Amino acid sequence: MKRAIANTLREVSFYGAVAFFVVLTAFPFYWMLITSLKSNPDLYNVTNIPFWFNEAPTLEHFEYLFEQTQFARWLLNSLIIGLCVVVITLLAALPAGYSLARMTGRTGEALGIGIFLTYLVPPTLLFLPLSRIVASLGLQNSMWSLVLVYPTFTIPFCTWLLMGFFKAMPVEIEEAAIVDGCSLFGAFVRMVLPLSLPAILTAVIFTFTLTLQEFVYALTFISSSAQKPITLGVATDLVRGDIFFWGEIMAGALIASIPVAIAYNLFLDRFISGITGGAVK
Amino acid sequence: MAAVLTRNITKTFNDVAAVNGITLTVPDGEFMVLLGPSGCGKTTFLRIICGLERQTSGDLLIDGNVVNDMPPRARGVAMMFQSYGLYPHYTVRNNIAFPLRTQRVPRAEIEKKVAWAAQLLGIERLLERRPRQLSGGERQRVALARALVREPTALLLDEPLSNLDAKLRASARQEIKLFQQRVGTTTIYVTHDQVEAMGMGDRIAVIDHGKVRQVGTPAEIYDEPADRFVATFVGTPPMNLLSRGGAHLGFRPENFLPKDMIDDGNGGVAEFSFRVDRSEYLGSERIVYGVVEGFDAQVITAKLPPAHVAEDSIRPGEWHPFAVRNGALRYFDQDGKRTSRH
Amino acid sequence: MVEIVEPIATKPASRFRFLLDQRSVLGAVLVTPAILYVLLLVGVPFLLALYYSVSAYTIYDPSWRFVGLANFRQIIHNPAFLETLGNTFLFTFASQLLGLILGKFGALLLLRPFPGRKLVRAIIILPWAVPIALASVAWEWMFDSLYSVINWTMIALGIIDRSQAPNWLGNPHLAMLCVIVVNAWRFFPFAIVIFLAGITAVPQDIIDAATVDGAGFWRRNYQIIMPMILPIVAIGLIFGIVFTFTDLSVVYLLTNGGPIGATSVLGFQGFQVGIVSGDVSHGAAISLFMLPVLFVVVIAMLRFIRRREI
Repeated sequence: MKRAIANTLREVSFYGAVAFFVVLTAFPFYWMLITSLKSNPDLYNVTNIPFWFNEAPTLEHFEYLFEQTQFARWLLNSLIIGLCVVVITLLAALPAGYSLARMTGRTGEALGIGIFLTYLVPPTLLFLPLSRIVASLGLQNSMWSLVLVYPTFTIPFCTWLLMGFFKAMPVEIEEAAIVDGCSLFGAFVRMVLPLSLPAILTAVIFTFTLTLQEFVYALTFISSSAQKPITLGVATDLVRGDIFFWGEIMAGALIASIPVAIAYNLFLDRFISGITGGAVK
Repeated sequence: MAAVLTRNITKTFNDVAAVNGITLTVPDGEFMVLLGPSGCGKTTFLRIICGLERQTSGDLLIDGNVVNDMPPRARGVAMMFQSYGLYPHYTVRNNIAFPLRTQRVPRAEIEKKVAWAAQLLGIERLLERRPRQLSGGERQRVALARALVREPTALLLDEPLSNLDAKLRASARQEIKLFQQRVGTTTIYVTHDQVEAMGMGDRIAVIDHGKVRQVGTPAEIYDEPADRFVATFVGTPPMNLLSRGGAHLGFRPENFLPKDMIDDGNGGVAEFSFRVDRSEYLGSERIVYGVVEGFDAQVITAKLPPAHVAEDSIRPGEWHPFAVRNGALRYFDQDGKRTSRH
Repeated sequence: MVEIVEPIATKPASRFRFLLDQRSVLGAVLVTPAILYVLLLVGVPFLLALYYSVSAYTIYDPSWRFVGLANFRQIIHNPAFLETLGNTFLFTFASQLLGLILGKFGALLLLRPFPGRKLVRAIIILPWAVPIALASVAWEWMFDSLYSVINWTMIALGIIDRSQAPNWLGNPHLAMLCVIVVNAWRFFPFAIVIFLAGITAVPQDIIDAATVDGAGFWRRNYQIIMPMILPIVAIGLIFGIVFTFTDLSVVYLLTNGGPIGATSVLGFQGFQVGIVSGDVSHGAAISLFMLPVLFVVVIAMLRFIRRREI
């Protein structure tokens, strides 16, 4: 009997703890959701119960977002920035990751760690000189400044990620291809690349999400509404004077968050095997 | 003309010589086995011949041409790897066709050659499958077909049987050897398994610590070992060695028999008093472990045919008269090298 | 015996024909684009930042005049800066600690399979996945002085009444607390992922051996598993510390450094001074204060990992 009570207590506390974590993490998002669907009178009334609707839910914030703000433009900007950065990143990180994975000597190790460390150089240090460089290139206040600057962290990150994956690939297949008549580079293109599509896909997804999550450079380089990427736009642009358009802000935040959340969930396992492969030797 | 000729090939990694000066000649059509323990440098040496590693010094000639600086594809060699290295994203047909595609052979010619190679190895019906759908034996045949489709000057095999379980190994051995005899390609085969080496090689090069200890036919390696290493590496159980002041006296277990079993013949016998400690009955033979009088520190083995041995001649704990024909004794000096009777 | 006739050696092929086949050459070529990009857009700016900090450069007067350590001296004597420095350390230390604890705990919970675990895992990583700016904005709304849902709940539960409702972002100490909590909230899913990755990488044999040797749950956990996952946790911690220490997003969006600099952190102040006010040289000097700490953290962690490699 005592055993049963102890067991039940343990189960209850276990699920209680799980519930605690779920509420802790999910509540702000629930809050986002419900705020975006509440009508303004409902929202700005302190006497109303905030957890559910007191008046009918409405889509007016979403409509406002798309019709009266530059939200759609921001989405487009982020899409373009993301795609361009992905292309630049892959072009640099794929060969670099492969080369570093196959280089076994001291230089290979040193370069690998060097790449890892570059990812750690903070944007809040580099943004000052970069803003001067961007200005001198005539890219100030343009989203293309971000396309130029984002690869500075996506390339190191992807190189590191891909390095981990490539290291785990057996060398035999490349060697067989070389013996069969491929050049070294040919072996890379015909054997390694087709066989690492999952890894490449993971790198693409994470690069894209990294560009969506970035805030500091966007804030520094871009001030005009039309050029803002989605995250910057939602966080800073939906204010008129002192008035925050909370309904719209939450609606925008929700829409901007969903693709990233989905992507992370789908690719988390791949990402983990990538970082543990590269990090824990 | 030799198909493959190496002159004093050396390869050092970080001041350690993995290959320490190997000069070897492999004539056309020969099945040469590179035999040695793990880490002796045999695989490194094979990879140098293949072109996957570059030697630190020394020359390599294939079909009369110096190939020191040429990549594998220019050397006319083909290699079969330990795990076969089949291309997982290609069908069997495309696996076999790949070496021809890289040489830009015209398509009609490729079709013909692939069909020929597939028929040679009996894998025609597997052509549209993918490697992951094949059994171990089938994969091996595909790997062989891919290696041979270019009709290479030399076929290099890197321990291809070590991933197979024991039962498959024997039949795979058979296949490879028969196959090579039929096709006649010069073959260099690396293994640490001396049974494989003895069973398959026309000649064996025994390698240790990057140097060739002896090159010879299986019979030469077994009966006339050049030094102590070769003597004890080949043969199961290994040759017995009695040490006497730095030098060694050796005899193989199957030559170490109860005195009254030995046919004196001509030349006489050397007699030993042998105390049996333990015997293992293996069905086809009996292995007996014990010590020889005067050499208490060394365990000596005798390999006896069970049918013909009287029980009381090998009772444990007792001393029995054993002997070896003088012709079967081998002498080794302080450096381990083989000498004639001192 | 086979007759071996010495062959006529033909001229070896030119080395250059197969240049790209040499591993070292191709390897160098393949790494070059990435290295170039990083050198030009990280290395050069870094050097520029160093130079700005010892010059008198502002965007109104872009002078390259060398002023030595004057900028640094001026900053250090500014009490607002010292407060910022202290805030940054407090902010980093507290949020990382909180995040680690939550992370370890959460990882332990997620280890055990239970119905709905996949869904729970998907929800738990949301704070880390979602862009920090968007999450900060959501929290900003939750901490709003008038409409805070937290206040509403406390009032409804009778813990306080309306006049006592805390002004979360307007009170210096509370604001710091909010900023710490948001950052910890954002960091702990990453910590969970790191812990889970580390724990699942421990070979089951070792855990089984410990069980057979009589180790109970807690001993297994602290004496066997923890030491073995320390390297990967250390790496996760490097990332966490570096990103938190240098971040400005949470502070910018939640409190804008306020009230009156109570939550200002190094990254934020560098932004205010260097970008908003245009005083590039002082801004650079402020930002450079991040470096020593980063340096120490990274070196210490890397040493630690090296030594613990099994």
